[in-house]
Amino acid sequence: MLYIKCPHCGWRSQNEFSYGGDATVKRPELGKEVTDQEWNDFVYNRKSLRGKHWELWQHLSGCRQWIKVERDTATHEIFNTLKASEEIS
Amino acid sequence: MTQSFRLENVGLINRNKKLSFKFNGKVYYGYEGDTLASALIANGVHLVGRSFKYHRPRGFFGAGVDEPYAIVQLYRNGETEPNIKATEQELFEGLEATSVNCWPSVNFDIGAINNFLKIFLPAGFYYKTFMWPKSFWFKVYEPFIRKAAGLGVASIKHDKERYEHKYEYCDLLITGSGPSGLASAYSAAKNGARVILAEDKSRFGGTLLTSEVNIGNQSGKEWAESIISELKEMPNVTVKNRSQVFGYYDHNMLVMSERISDHLPKTKKFHPKQRLWYIRAKEVLISSGSIERPIVFGNNDTPGVMLSSAAKEYLKVYGVLVGKNPLIFTNNDSGYETAIEFQKNGINPIILDTRKDPKSEIVDEAKNLGINIKFSYVVVAAQGYKKVKSADIAKISEDKDQLGTVENIKCDCICVSGFWTPTIHLASQSGNKTKFKEDIDAFVPGKSKQNETTLGAANGTYTLEETLKNSFETGHKLSKEITKKDNKISFPNVIEKKSAVHDKFWCVPLPKGKNYKRFLDFQNDVAVSDIEIALKEGYRSIEHVKRYTTLGMATDQGKTSNLNGLQLVSKIENKVVPAVGHTTFRPPYSPVSIGAIVGREVGKHSKPTRKSPMHSWHEKNNAVFVDAGVWLRPRYYKQGNESLFEGSKREAKNVRTNVGVCDVTTLGKIDIKGPDAAELLNRVYTNAWLKLPVGKARYGVMLREDGIVMDDGTTTRISENHYHMTTTTAQAANVLSHLEYYLQLVWPELNVNVVSTTEQWAGAAIAGPKSRELLQKLFPKSDVSNEALPFMGYMEGDLFGVKARIFRISFSGELAFEVNVESDNGNFMWEKIMEVGQEFKIQPYGTEALSTLRIEMGHVAGSELDGRTIPYDNSLEGLLSKKKDFIGKRSLNREAFTAEDRQKVVGVVPLDKKTSIPEGSHLVKDSNAPLPNPKLGYISASCWSVEHDNPFSLAIVKDGKNMIGKKLFVMSPLKNKVIPVEIVSSHYVDPKGERVRS
Ligand SMILES: [Zn+2]
Repeated sequence: MLYIKCPHCGWRSQNEFSYGGDATVKRPELGKEVTDQEWNDFVYNRKSLRGKHWELWQHLSGCRQWIKVERDTATHEIFNTLKASEEIS
Repeated sequence: MTQSFRLENVGLINRNKKLSFKFNGKVYYGYEGDTLASALIANGVHLVGRSFKYHRPRGFFGAGVDEPYAIVQLYRNGETEPNIKATEQELFEGLEATSVNCWPSVNFDIGAINNFLKIFLPAGFYYKTFMWPKSFWFKVYEPFIRKAAGLGVASIKHDKERYEHKYEYCDLLITGSGPSGLASAYSAAKNGARVILAEDKSRFGGTLLTSEVNIGNQSGKEWAESIISELKEMPNVTVKNRSQVFGYYDHNMLVMSERISDHLPKTKKFHPKQRLWYIRAKEVLISSGSIERPIVFGNNDTPGVMLSSAAKEYLKVYGVLVGKNPLIFTNNDSGYETAIEFQKNGINPIILDTRKDPKSEIVDEAKNLGINIKFSYVVVAAQGYKKVKSADIAKISEDKDQLGTVENIKCDCICVSGFWTPTIHLASQSGNKTKFKEDIDAFVPGKSKQNETTLGAANGTYTLEETLKNSFETGHKLSKEITKKDNKISFPNVIEKKSAVHDKFWCVPLPKGKNYKRFLDFQNDVAVSDIEIALKEGYRSIEHVKRYTTLGMATDQGKTSNLNGLQLVSKIENKVVPAVGHTTFRPPYSPVSIGAIVGREVGKHSKPTRKSPMHSWHEKNNAVFVDAGVWLRPRYYKQGNESLFEGSKREAKNVRTNVGVCDVTTLGKIDIKGPDAAELLNRVYTNAWLKLPVGKARYGVMLREDGIVMDDGTTTRISENHYHMTTTTAQAANVLSHLEYYLQLVWPELNVNVVSTTEQWAGAAIAGPKSRELLQKLFPKSDVSNEALPFMGYMEGDLFGVKARIFRISFSGELAFEVNVESDNGNFMWEKIMEVGQEFKIQPYGTEALSTLRIEMGHVAGSELDGRTIPYDNSLEGLLSKKKDFIGKRSLNREAFTAEDRQKVVGVVPLDKKTSIPEGSHLVKDSNAPLPNPKLGYISASCWSVEHDNPFSLAIVKDGKNMIGKKLFVMSPLKNKVIPVEIVSSHYVDPKGERVRS
């Protein structure tokens, strides 16, 4: 079970969180014309990386904040966690 | 029977407490502090079971967790448990155990015929032997294998015992209380660290209990006792015996099973049987010691052949002799320690040492005691069937290839020592890449991957002084980093005997003309010849060899067999052992009971049960409950002998004719506040929300980004910047997360707060033509007329002194209202509604009537909004705004979603107006068409229409808009039904929606 540092609450076990997928996907702006390809990339297409990956988790049974977590998908090592408002550098 | 192998005055058992127990139906006696194994050996019992494949007799090989043989079926307090290691099971009064894997009995075992047919059962025998002829598999092979080859029998009864889970955090978790565990725990604890020290056995101290050493002018055992008693008194230390740390998981989380009551005849009241600990440790110190490994020789599985360290433990801890005429077979000094213990207790052992001329203090001591030692000697084969009777021994050449003349000597046990294998399982599980240590012929942990350090014998350090030194230092260093304290323990004076180097000899060659089985894996009967065959057949990877031969795959996970297997593979392959590599270690280190893994989450505790504030009223009024997610909801209120069908029909009919009340507390409720609340709703819902006036409700549908309907519900504008959203019971949690996602990540500029208020409000839906009259009597001070409170209107009211919210919304197609009060007042509200409603013939209705009412009016719900349908499919396309963008809108342009013959919800009525239609049935054009019959759609929900008094269903059907009026067939292969039906509009009741507006 992973141990995730919530930027709001501190260290918590994985079972307090739910997974939310790739954190680098940006939703196209509302009302903006997008091509089928752009929309497909937003809704469906994911890289499924092996290695370092920025992903979203929600601290569901805690502060309910969505957070960004940099994790190695192969080793589960967590390098960094950010608040939703913080940009991935 | 007397305990004729029990010594007087030796051992740590409590001789004042004699215990009786039964093994295979026979009564024996032992003492408190015995294991089942030590008590049986004390009684001269060495035959405990049969091996897995050849059903050869099996005795005891070890004295603890490494035991491959002595597996029993245990009976305790009316329960039975399979595959218990006799070497781990502590004796209690009235214990009963039987052998496993033998039929009809341990002394006469039919499966032993395999032993004589062994030519037919080589490596891969399951794969090869039972392949042909195919027709034999089910009738002959499988039943035979199942009957003859099983281990114990699992109980089919409900387990009455309680198992608990515990979550714990600490600075240092230390796994094992031998010298390295005690020293590191002590120095870390003295330095202020929070320490958990776990010991698998009942007694602390590990090898200190059996070794002849001196620490700080105390014996090893006394030193261990003083350290443990001091640790137990320290508030920052948790000391646990009977606790096996069996798994090392991610981010330094380890799992430990604590056997709290297994050593007692009966679990104490309110005590659990076992407790599973989930421990998150800042640092882990692995002090799990090492396991002696066997030397391979002919018939080395005969009962009476055992590890020399086990023989010493039986003697020193339990005061039990494993034999009175022992033969010690060793390649190192450890065998001498066992021999010396025998000699000291008046038993004359013979030592066979594979070495030519070892020189050490221990060897000298044995010589001085007059022990008969034969150097450069080996055991060629054990003789005897159910117990060792003698041994064939021979001199061995210096190159270890040639045997001298074979002689036979009498003995009743053979104690083997092939040197020591570090217990690296936990380190390996943590991700540590192990490395091979040449001088000890074994793998040790390499570079740490998590925060783990391996100490002492587990790390291949076999001298006490070095072990204690490293352990004191490591405990101090790691604790200092955590506590920032610097209290150092003074290092005690250590006296131990120096050992000579071991001989890297592990397998005795076969004498000419003999074909003895030489076993590597004792539980799975894997012999040297099996590995040879596997390699001959082309298996190379050690992982493949393992699976093909089943080497190391039994419940002992090859604790005593792995390394010798690797030695053999590397020898045949002409590689070094590290080039062959070892198989992956996976949790659990040792078997864990299913009960402990499941913990308290069994039966009704497997998930939480949520009840509405009116639950006790429902119970008192004969509600039959149904699970709705985690909620319990009344399905119907049973009158007399009424069936569900009759009861729900009565309740639904009463709603259509008079008035009914339904508990709708379970609906999800989300409170939405903030200046941008309307904007949020406008983006989340598909329809327009910016112009909803205060005091009005609106129905809305929300989509996922892929265009699929996520949920529906009504949202009411309570005041300028305050909205009350309802969701379906099932989607309540998902919708809240969905809103939070967009507010926190996508549109953080929106100034809105959302919070779940599902449990804060109790809800009652009042539905039926008389509902307004009832409502007026409930709220005499309010004007609830059609003008003052029109359809989709909202007001607050005073319910006999209780503040209430009144919504004019309908899920039934009737004139209807929903009243919400704070949860604490829920029961008061409900009782008032029932009391005042008497004159209007009010009846409560449950979820079954609720479904009937919504189905016949064509209101889509969970069975249509099933995560596969878009708004059009549910005839909700009228709610799609063309003027604004919303979540999921772009996806609705997808080709499949805009197809001309896109599926759509319709109504279905059987032509005979009698036959009920099973939910999930398929709709087809021609019931006699050849299979696969093209499917046009499926039945999503069925009811008995109380309005029309005939069955009615909703279905999602391809080209639904052009199907109205068509005659089709419903087919249910499951229920074996074919029903001719007509497709009608999904709005079967009041299609114009006049009643809800009346
Ligand atoms: Zn948090």
